[in-house]
Amino acid sequence: MTIYHLIVFLPLLAAIVAGFFGRRIGDAASMAATCIAVGIGAILSWVALYQVVGQGNVVTVKVLDWIDSGSFSVDWALKIDQLTAVMLVVVNTVSALVHIYSVGYMSHDPSRPRFFAYLSLFTFAMLMLVTADNFVQLYMGWEGVGLASYLLIGFWFHKPSANAAAIKAFVVNRVGDFGFALGIMTLFFATGSVSFETVFAAAPDLAGKTFNFLGGEWDILTVATFLLFLGAMGKSAQLGLHTWLPDAMEGPTPVSALIHAATMVTAGVFMVARCSPLFEYAPDTLAFVTVIGASTAFFAATVGLAQNDIKRVIAYSTCSQLGYMFFALGVSAYPAAIFHLFTHAFFKALLFLGAGSVIHAVDGEQDMRKMGGLWKHIKITYAMMWIGSLALAGLPFFAGYYSKDMILEAAFAAGSGVGQYAFVLGMAAAILTAFYSWRLLFMTFHGEPRADHHVMEHVHESPWVMLVPLFVLAAGALFAGVAFAPGMIGHHWQEFWGNSIVILPDHKAMEAAHDVPLWVKLGPIVVGLVGIFVAWIAYIRDTGLPARAVKQHQVLYQFLLNKWYFDEIYDFLFVRPAMWLGRLFWKGGDGKIIDGLGPDGFAATVVRLAKRASILQSGYVYHYAFAMLVGVAALVTYFFTVMGH
Amino acid sequence: MTIGLGHYLTVAAILFTLGIIGIFLNRKNVIVILMSIELMLLAVNINLVAFSTHLQDLVGQVFALFVLTVAAGEAAIGLAILVVYFRNRGTIAVEDINLMKG
Amino acid sequence: MIIQALAFYLFAAITVASAFMVIASRNPVHSVLFLILAFFNAAGLFVLMGAEFLAMILVIVYVGAVAVLFLFVVMMLDINFVELRQGFLQYLPIGGLVGAILLIELALVLGSWAVAPAAQQVAMDPIPPIEDVTNTHALGAVLYTKYIYLFQGAGLILLVAMIGAIVLTLRSRPGVRRQNIAEQVSRRREDAVAIKKVEPGQGI
Repeated sequence: MTIYHLIVFLPLLAAIVAGFFGRRIGDAASMAATCIAVGIGAILSWVALYQVVGQGNVVTVKVLDWIDSGSFSVDWALKIDQLTAVMLVVVNTVSALVHIYSVGYMSHDPSRPRFFAYLSLFTFAMLMLVTADNFVQLYMGWEGVGLASYLLIGFWFHKPSANAAAIKAFVVNRVGDFGFALGIMTLFFATGSVSFETVFAAAPDLAGKTFNFLGGEWDILTVATFLLFLGAMGKSAQLGLHTWLPDAMEGPTPVSALIHAATMVTAGVFMVARCSPLFEYAPDTLAFVTVIGASTAFFAATVGLAQNDIKRVIAYSTCSQLGYMFFALGVSAYPAAIFHLFTHAFFKALLFLGAGSVIHAVDGEQDMRKMGGLWKHIKITYAMMWIGSLALAGLPFFAGYYSKDMILEAAFAAGSGVGQYAFVLGMAAAILTAFYSWRLLFMTFHGEPRADHHVMEHVHESPWVMLVPLFVLAAGALFAGVAFAPGMIGHHWQEFWGNSIVILPDHKAMEAAHDVPLWVKLGPIVVGLVGIFVAWIAYIRDTGLPARAVKQHQVLYQFLLNKWYFDEIYDFLFVRPAMWLGRLFWKGGDGKIIDGLGPDGFAATVVRLAKRASILQSGYVYHYAFAMLVGVAALVTYFFTVMGH
Repeated sequence: MTIGLGHYLTVAAILFTLGIIGIFLNRKNVIVILMSIELMLLAVNINLVAFSTHLQDLVGQVFALFVLTVAAGEAAIGLAILVVYFRNRGTIAVEDINLMKG
Repeated sequence: MIIQALAFYLFAAITVASAFMVIASRNPVHSVLFLILAFFNAAGLFVLMGAEFLAMILVIVYVGAVAVLFLFVVMMLDINFVELRQGFLQYLPIGGLVGAILLIELALVLGSWAVAPAAQQVAMDPIPPIEDVTNTHALGAVLYTKYIYLFQGAGLILLVAMIGAIVLTLRSRPGVRRQNIAEQVSRRREDAVAIKKVEPGQGI
């Protein structure tokens, strides 16, 4: 029994208690159980971080023999190295804060034990994911968080939109997960093992090897990593499989903060970093990751400009930041990506919870067009949102500054074509990020109140149980960068990360990032300030400007408002054909063939035969007489033809 | 020119066939149907008696006697039913009787 | 011999012809009359075969009782027989077909039959020579001895048929006054007579 067991299994225990016995022990006890369990987990996670990073205690704790089938054997073990330790801190800290915050936020909900059980279940699944020692365990955690995400998005199951969003999230993730599973199978095919240790050790030998599939020769590692990355794209909402994330905002806001900002969506980033020994030998995949990441960063930022739902803006910002992380991974700056994941968890959770606080204040309204002028009423939340936005925009000395800067510098320093592409789009996204962040701030807190006076009278600051987590996260957003930047991404990053991250010597982005020209270093700050300034002009000084701009660029505005028409295209390309196919199978295959020939067919045949028989059974006596006489004739004939000979 | 068994059997066969045809033809008229049945029974009786004579065995005639009894009973019951039916329905058209249909 | 043959042909021809008329005639009354004729001639055939008792039974029972019963019913019921004959020819083809098949088959039987030589030896009740015992006597001799139970059974059948026919056709008509002897016998003075004291000038 180590602290790692406690860290991982306390949330599971809490989930079981709250989930199965919540009704018996009551709301308060369920909330207390889950909060305390995850809180202990959070504190222990920091201890673990100290043990692993500070003292170099990298361990693998075996839980039990899991699968032992022929040559395929999987242990259930907790692999605790630097990468895991960082993730443990992120997951458990944010999760604990969200648990506490939810006590206040969900105080009016009738089914709180269920909510807290789901939250704890999610935490457990996420911990399974980050402590995985092999791909199967990783996959289990991966699916576990997907399940918890599904349950939490659809938590308000009486809302049809929430159900639709939950199904969408699940189905879109399934596309990625399918690739992920195929990737794991490819690796098993190539190495005969799913254990990280074995697979990673075999990676250098596998480099350049090919296998035959469908008549073509395929590079094993490229294919495997590409498939793994597909899973990451689904889970981390990268361009193409991102459509579920904005819709997932149908869930309660704490869920958005925990799952769809801080932890689950970063699972893809974690997974790629974890598999850095594989990705390093697959340069083509890395290039692909870079392009996808950069494109997502830019795409999501543009869409964020036009959204009016406060949570959707932050959701697209999350999507965009995930893009940053991915192109950092793509240029082999894994520490930078994880560092951004780390800081992003704090300030994005802060933003979400702050947004939740705003929504809480204005009675569940999420449309920013119906807010405005709120800052006088909810000053603490206002301050928190400022801190979060400053961190997001990457202003100096806030957490985002260190990580985002590092990513952009790494992209620039990678010296490759895709690196340049990522750098340019990253800079563009940075300016947009600053713009929409302050657009959110200005629309929500400044200007004339656009809500009706009825709502305005009731605007109130959130209770302390909701504000305290905000303070903690704000502290993270303020100091996580400055405290951990030297260790995680400094010159001696290798000492921090140890063997958990492998970067080939000729991928020099991490080193080169420290020696980029001054304009590259200052660039993000400048574009951030520019974005803020433009937002100030548009939403404070000249409030008519946005409307005029929209009128002038109607097509562009519609394009952005409709999120580049991704949903519509997917609807046309996949959903409708799938519906059509499903209908075909349903009506044709199931209804006509299986039911038609099977149960219904038998029943119908019996009915039909019975009808025929009942025609004979007419009830008319003379019909029976006929039948008898015909029978006599037939019998005599039979005797003649058969018996006579 | 001896009249043998075959002659009687021929007559019986013709009578029997006429009875059958009668049932087919007079499907609406129960009375004629009953008469046709009587005809068929008569044919059977002729057969029984003819064989009895031919084989010099009295059993045939005894059996014919029983057939006569049953035929008489059957005719009585059948006609009684007919009368009751007519009393209730005002017609004896068997075409309308399909109460036996479930 | 020739007389016997002539008689057979006469009876047979009339039997078949009247049987045909039974099923073919338009009026059921005619049918019944033809049925009676057929029975008479069948009785003649029975006589030719040496079954005098059965012949007489046929005449008495069938002609005297059954056929007359038919006649009564036909004439008693007020039936539109024309209507009943509609569609008469509709079933002629199938009826004729079935009948023809049967007839042909029966004819085939006739063409190829043979009595097993041993059949006569296994006769259960050989007919005694007509010179010694009459047909009626011989029949009675076996019927009341060997077949007594069957005979009683036949009687039961007739009894049941009789009861059945009576039960079926009996109907209690309300409003018809009948003599109820039991009631009459059990009638007492108290039930029937009441003495009232009548005050003068008031009446009852």
